[in-house]
Amino acid sequence: MLTFTSRRLAFAIPTLLFISFVIFMLLELAPGDPMSQLPLTVPPDVRDRMREALGLGEPTHIRFGKWLWQFFVVEPLHMIDAAFGTGFAAEQQRVISWQTRSPVMDIVLQRLPQTLWVVGLSYVVGVLIALPIGIYSAYRQYSLFDQLGTFISMVGFSVPTFFTGILLIVIFSVKLGWFPSIYDTTLVVNSWDSFVQQLRQMVMPVSVLALYNAAQISRFMRASMLDNLHQDYVRTARAKGLTERTVVLVHVLRNSMIPVVTVIALGVPQVFGGAIITEQVFKVNGLGQLLITSIQANDLPMVQTLTFIFALLIVVFNVIADVLYGLLDPRIRYD
Amino acid sequence: MACLIPASAMIDRSTDPAPIPPSSQWDDLWHQFAAHRGALVGAILFAIIVLTVFMGPYFWTLDPSYIDIRARNAGPTFAHPFGTDQLGRDTFARMMAGGRVSLSVGIAAMVLGLVIGAAVGVTAGYFRRLDGILMRLTDLFLALPLLPLLLVMVMLFREPLSANFGPEAGIFILIVAAIGLTSWMPTARIVRGDVLALKEREFMLAARSIGTSNVQMILRHILPNVLSPIMVSATLGIANAIITESALSFLGLGFPPDFPTWGRLLFDATDYIQQNPERVIWPGVAISLTVLSVNYLGDGLRDALDPRIRGR
Repeated sequence: MLTFTSRRLAFAIPTLLFISFVIFMLLELAPGDPMSQLPLTVPPDVRDRMREALGLGEPTHIRFGKWLWQFFVVEPLHMIDAAFGTGFAAEQQRVISWQTRSPVMDIVLQRLPQTLWVVGLSYVVGVLIALPIGIYSAYRQYSLFDQLGTFISMVGFSVPTFFTGILLIVIFSVKLGWFPSIYDTTLVVNSWDSFVQQLRQMVMPVSVLALYNAAQISRFMRASMLDNLHQDYVRTARAKGLTERTVVLVHVLRNSMIPVVTVIALGVPQVFGGAIITEQVFKVNGLGQLLITSIQANDLPMVQTLTFIFALLIVVFNVIADVLYGLLDPRIRYD
Repeated sequence: MACLIPASAMIDRSTDPAPIPPSSQWDDLWHQFAAHRGALVGAILFAIIVLTVFMGPYFWTLDPSYIDIRARNAGPTFAHPFGTDQLGRDTFARMMAGGRVSLSVGIAAMVLGLVIGAAVGVTAGYFRRLDGILMRLTDLFLALPLLPLLLVMVMLFREPLSANFGPEAGIFILIVAAIGLTSWMPTARIVRGDVLALKEREFMLAARSIGTSNVQMILRHILPNVLSPIMVSATLGIANAIITESALSFLGLGFPPDFPTWGRLLFDATDYIQQNPERVIWPGVAISLTVLSVNYLGDGLRDALDPRIRGR
């Protein structure tokens, strides 16, 4: 198991390097220049010095190396300092946003809780809805419930989240006035009323994302259950006289969860990416909204860092999914 | 194959008083496809949408950019069945114009993704030496964060391309290229798997033994046999491309503001959600129905083309 895990981890490092290189080179081609807003009266030699101060004067490969150093060494050190009050990072230069002139990671950490609450909760809700639906529609294949479930999940992943979101706003905010259409991130939960208000503003974004996730995961669950339901060991279990409940919920479910667990793990980074749209619909100022605004403001360090964080999530969850698969299914491990 | 049948046999069959209709492969496919009711409905719906969007302007001759400021923000009437927008432009005409762009983007991006995916898949499956490196490349591409990267690509290349090809053609090329370049990986994987299995079959050995060149092997023996997974990914590719394009337009990083696409119309309508909520519904329903019908079409095609499921 250890060699299996370490092999997976070893492959993750070149992947990460490749991705950071792609992102870096893409932004290298950017026509945007932070100096373009300066008044024309600034003399050219001062302009050049300012470019150097932003770290733009050096050749590409050196800046790539410096960026990697800043991202993988300096930023974690700063986080350790902030958490334990130590002084490892001391005076080292951090990645600075061109827009706000403050460290990029500080802004990211400010925005992270909003995204985590909305996205994380919606994923949990989605999985909790999807699993029972998938199990039951596989158990009663071709029944009315199954047909209906298939149709709803087809609709669920065909209708884009920006339309479901707006549809919910039209119905529940404009017509009925039940829920606020804008997510208020300045709300502080300190009383029962503010807690209720927080719940009310979370209902719509969470249910939009949960519906979308549930549609996909329930299909996987159903397919995986169907693969196992007709296996010999199921017949054996029934022949032993086990109750139907034990056969389905213990024997079959356990085996069918193996691929589903990895699918759930693989889906996490995609949910973060997809939440960009939902955050925009409900005006949640999370990571996705931060990405959009920094793209519009041509804030390259911020865009670079955020894109890389999304990539990091994908790679990390790929490794987690692989390791989980190995843990759950010994046949994979001894490959 | 037809030339092997003696001429007399063909005459015999045609003069037979009660001919049993010959069942060709395509007939079987069609029967299987038609038995899948969702797929049939999906195909018909998709055809209707495509026809309306491309032929509609010949019958509904209102110019989508004609401004009639006195008729602004109108609800559905006989003159404007879908109502008008804040400048009095006819929403129905704009929906058709937007649909033309959205569908063209979807189809063009799908074709690009399919060509790249099929090329990579066939090369990786057929040439053992290239397999490792091409599949690692596919894995790396799969690990890229696609939506953020698409946004970044649009941000970076919008202006140079608009300057070279004009604002509309430039963005069209950019979005098609961006979606195509980020959606070929699943096709490549599926095609590679099928090619690997095909390579072990006897007819490949036979073809090789009579000295068929690699190019001929791929064109004549491999490509026709991997056509079914390619067709299925084609339908899923259209759905994916339409959703991605609408998402980009919805985030304000797609086509220019006065240029209608379904995503753009939806985005523009959200500002008037209080006064005219139905303006949001039209483009949203159009996107959803198109994607839904294409997905059902793909489902039916998969069932019809998979011989293991066929006849069940």
